[in-house]
Amino acid sequence: MLRKVFRFYYEGFRGMTWGRKLWGIIILKLFIMFAILRLFFFPDILKRDFRSDEERADYILEQITNP
Amino acid sequence: MLESIDMSLVDWSRGQFALTAMFHWIFVPLTLGLSFIVAYMHTIYVRTGDEEWKRITKFWMKLFGINFAIGIATGIILEFEFGTNWSNYSWFVGDIFGAPLAIEGILAFFLESTFVAVMFFGWNRVSKRFHLTASWLTAIGASLSAVWILVANAWMQQPVGTTFNPVTARNEMTNFWDVLFSDVAVNKFLHTIMSSFLLASIFVIAVSAWFLLRKREVLFAKRSTIVAAVFGLFAAMATIFTGDASARLVAKRQPMKFAAMEALYEGQTHAPLVAIGAMVTDTTRLPNPRQNFIFKIEIPNALSYMVWLTPSGFIPGITDMVYGNNEHGLISYEEKIDRGAVAIQTLKELKSAKDRGDETTYSALREKFSDPVWLDQYYQYFGYGYYKGRQLKELIPNVKLNFYSFHIMVILGIHFIILTFIVLWLSMLNRWGKRKWLLWVALITLPMPWIASQAGWVLAEMGRQPWVVYELMPTLSAVTRLKPGAVQLTFWIFLVTFTILFIAEIRIMITQIKKGPGGQ
Repeated sequence: MLRKVFRFYYEGFRGMTWGRKLWGIIILKLFIMFAILRLFFFPDILKRDFRSDEERADYILEQITNP
Repeated sequence: MLESIDMSLVDWSRGQFALTAMFHWIFVPLTLGLSFIVAYMHTIYVRTGDEEWKRITKFWMKLFGINFAIGIATGIILEFEFGTNWSNYSWFVGDIFGAPLAIEGILAFFLESTFVAVMFFGWNRVSKRFHLTASWLTAIGASLSAVWILVANAWMQQPVGTTFNPVTARNEMTNFWDVLFSDVAVNKFLHTIMSSFLLASIFVIAVSAWFLLRKREVLFAKRSTIVAAVFGLFAAMATIFTGDASARLVAKRQPMKFAAMEALYEGQTHAPLVAIGAMVTDTTRLPNPRQNFIFKIEIPNALSYMVWLTPSGFIPGITDMVYGNNEHGLISYEEKIDRGAVAIQTLKELKSAKDRGDETTYSALREKFSDPVWLDQYYQYFGYGYYKGRQLKELIPNVKLNFYSFHIMVILGIHFIILTFIVLWLSMLNRWGKRKWLLWVALITLPMPWIASQAGWVLAEMGRQPWVVYELMPTLSAVTRLKPGAVQLTFWIFLVTFTILFIAEIRIMITQIKKGPGGQ
């Protein structure tokens, strides 16, 4: 069964014509998004700067009550 | 409050989010609508065995694939922005957004990704019925995954089914079904899906019109057109119907947005609906705002009738909401600001009591956040408290932008109904394609459903301003305190990346359209 599924996808990808260009775009896009943007420009601020949910809650309470 | 916030940070953060969301929304509605059209064409092929329907299905499936591939994962950037640029907001709404977005991710991954592959690779390799099932499941999966993000957005418009936990500073879901089936969520889903079906129908009609104008693939173009026209006329009527219901909900739940989209400053009974109008100058000024049109054509009583189903229904204007209206039970913004400030102060004192270990004060204040009377009197206006000492006009959305967004959307919606009706009627008489100018009208209409769809989102989001979560969290308290330069940099990176992707999509689309259904 697994072999059948694998062959289905394998042959599907191998048989692609115009779709190859699209896969190129998808892979390039995902690389830019996850390997560059996510890594260098879009950290999760609350995860990065605080160790526990309690610290995060304290920080947000501070922010929304003393803007 | 909020004197210290750098407004350019707020503006750049909003600009960046708008840019990403609007770019994402170029692809999503076409994916949602075209997937159903393709599934329907595929069904005709399986039922009739007619090879021409197979060619038709494969051609539109190819355009669907291009759009799907270019658009895929563009929405993930929005989630990056939540964590970086909107961390206060993300924390504040965490539980509400977390559940729907997680479900969306799982559904999108398993349903769409799995069945899209079967849909594309399955020709002559799986049974016809299984292949057809994959086409339908792709379409259904796409719509189902859209449910969750729309539910999350509906909650921002009308926060229901949750309570605020003052200790964790988070809204916690108390009733999942209230969130999922709130009238705003249900209406938003139906309106968005129907308008997406309409957008895809216009796309198919317009591309087919291009073939007919060039006298190429006439049978293919006519058959594609009739499917799209049936689908499009149904979707256009459903879009108008759900749009009308949506406007009624806005009038009752977000009266300021409703007043802004009609540029109604003074509340009135027998309120007319502005059919067409052109506004001048800055209309958000206070304290003496007035309607300011170069010209307008009105339909008498229509606005009151639309909302209350009676011409004598009262529609509050912007000034009624800002200054209050005792006769109609509207509290002034000054009053709401005072009540909101009490709520914020209470939260501040609660935190302070917790920090210094004052159990008695802490418990007393904590209780307030579960007291329905106190919540109704004070917490309900929490967001207004941020405007203590600020100008009242900051609480008014951009009237001009909302007015034009609403009217552009409605006028284009009427155009789509007329167009799809004419196309269907002439197609049934086998006369579609005989009048060249009508084909040109269909072709020129191609970008219009995108304009209408984007205008709808501009109205939904800009009309809700200054709130990011309606009346609870203003946009300027939702942003992370970053350096504006950092947000500007990513804004320009996105703009360049998105422009390249958009050009790539258009070029690949045009190349494949030019090849036609023969050039598989």
